[in-house]
Amino acid sequence: MSVAINRQGDYLIASIQSDLSDSEVLELRRELAERVGAERSRGIVIDVAALDVIDSFVARALRAIVLTARLRGAVTVIVGIQPDVAIAMVQFRLNLSPLRAALDLDAAVALLDRLTRGDAEDGG
Amino acid sequence: MDQEADRAAAEEESEQRTDEQPGGRSEDREGDDALLQELVAYLREHRTELREEWARRISEAELLGVMSDEEIFSEATEVYDNYMDALETGSIENLQTYARELSERIIPRGVETHEVLGIVLLLRDALARSLFARYQQDRDRLNRILDSYEPAANRIAVTVGVSFVEERERVIHEQQEAMRELSTPVLQLRDRLLILPIIGVLDSARARQLTEQLLGAIRDKRATVVVIDITGVATIDRTVANNLVQTVEASRLMGARTILTGLSSEIAQTLVDLDVDLGMMKTVGDLQGGIEEAERLAGYRSAGAGDPAGDAAT
Repeated sequence: MSVAINRQGDYLIASIQSDLSDSEVLELRRELAERVGAERSRGIVIDVAALDVIDSFVARALRAIVLTARLRGAVTVIVGIQPDVAIAMVQFRLNLSPLRAALDLDAAVALLDRLTRGDAEDGG
Repeated sequence: MDQEADRAAAEEESEQRTDEQPGGRSEDREGDDALLQELVAYLREHRTELREEWARRISEAELLGVMSDEEIFSEATEVYDNYMDALETGSIENLQTYARELSERIIPRGVETHEVLGIVLLLRDALARSLFARYQQDRDRLNRILDSYEPAANRIAVTVGVSFVEERERVIHEQQEAMRELSTPVLQLRDRLLILPIIGVLDSARARQLTEQLLGAIRDKRATVVVIDITGVATIDRTVANNLVQTVEASRLMGARTILTGLSSEIAQTLVDLDVDLGMMKTVGDLQGGIEEAERLAGYRSAGAGDPAGDAAT
């Protein structure tokens, strides 16, 4: 699979290495949901910087991952969405508000630290 | 017998200008070159009157209205000489260079594409007419002369036309770039904090441009907070309002928070009437307040701000 999922402390870091097929997307979703519980992770970072395109299927799947992880007790942050990808994504008419994003891995981990400490507001 | 038949066939082929038979071809090529030289010599000899004839046709056709007669005549002379060189050598490089320079000179003066194509075609026609006149008596020769003249002349016309259009496109492209950068400056106020002041009419094309520019700047400057100030925008419509919402959302997907400032009462009312989903938007009354809020979000302490770290968490 072209996604590497590594554990770092309380977080899982999923780095997508190349464009994913639909089945790989579903596999990623399944595996993350699984491992969040198994490894008692409190946060997930999904690095999508390698993706030149995020179609509505993948966007929907990302949203599903975020919501699923939340039900399993973990917060998800997406990292590395490219400008063109961001423009395309907001045109899907998909409610992306559950998706939290950060510019890079450092920012994502800092954001997760704050969110999982439980003292952060849940803003836009 | 066979040999004779071969030769006859070769001659026939040569006349038909099919280039399959090597012997016929080289003879033919020589003939072409000689004809072309004769042609060029003739046209050079009659340079003065043909050039005048051409200039006359240009003013008759009311082309190049923005240029004076003297200017037309002096450019015409240069075009003529370059034309001859191109005909003679078959190389269009010099002509290309000249055509580019010419285009650089005349484009700012408002010369149109149809005018440039028009004058080149007029020259082609004027020269063709003179060839008709010269070789009237000898039809066969006229045909062969035209055979070498026409492709060369057409190539020249294409070269000049294409050079002009390319130059024009280059100018348009440059201007677009300049306009783009002028119309949507993305300013860095502090480390990781950008300001985007928008002034003037915000239409959907510009809004799109603005989005691209902002997202690029977020990535390049590693911004976490952006203030978009629309004090200078008089009205916006539904499309643009939705574009703004999308811009804010797209910035968020890149990890930056956006604060919208300077909404006029008209725009505020429009947004509410249009039922634009403003849930994701953080708005502050004026730019000053927006910057203060942004500094707070980005973790800079400013007057009255609480703990910046806690609030920067989205």
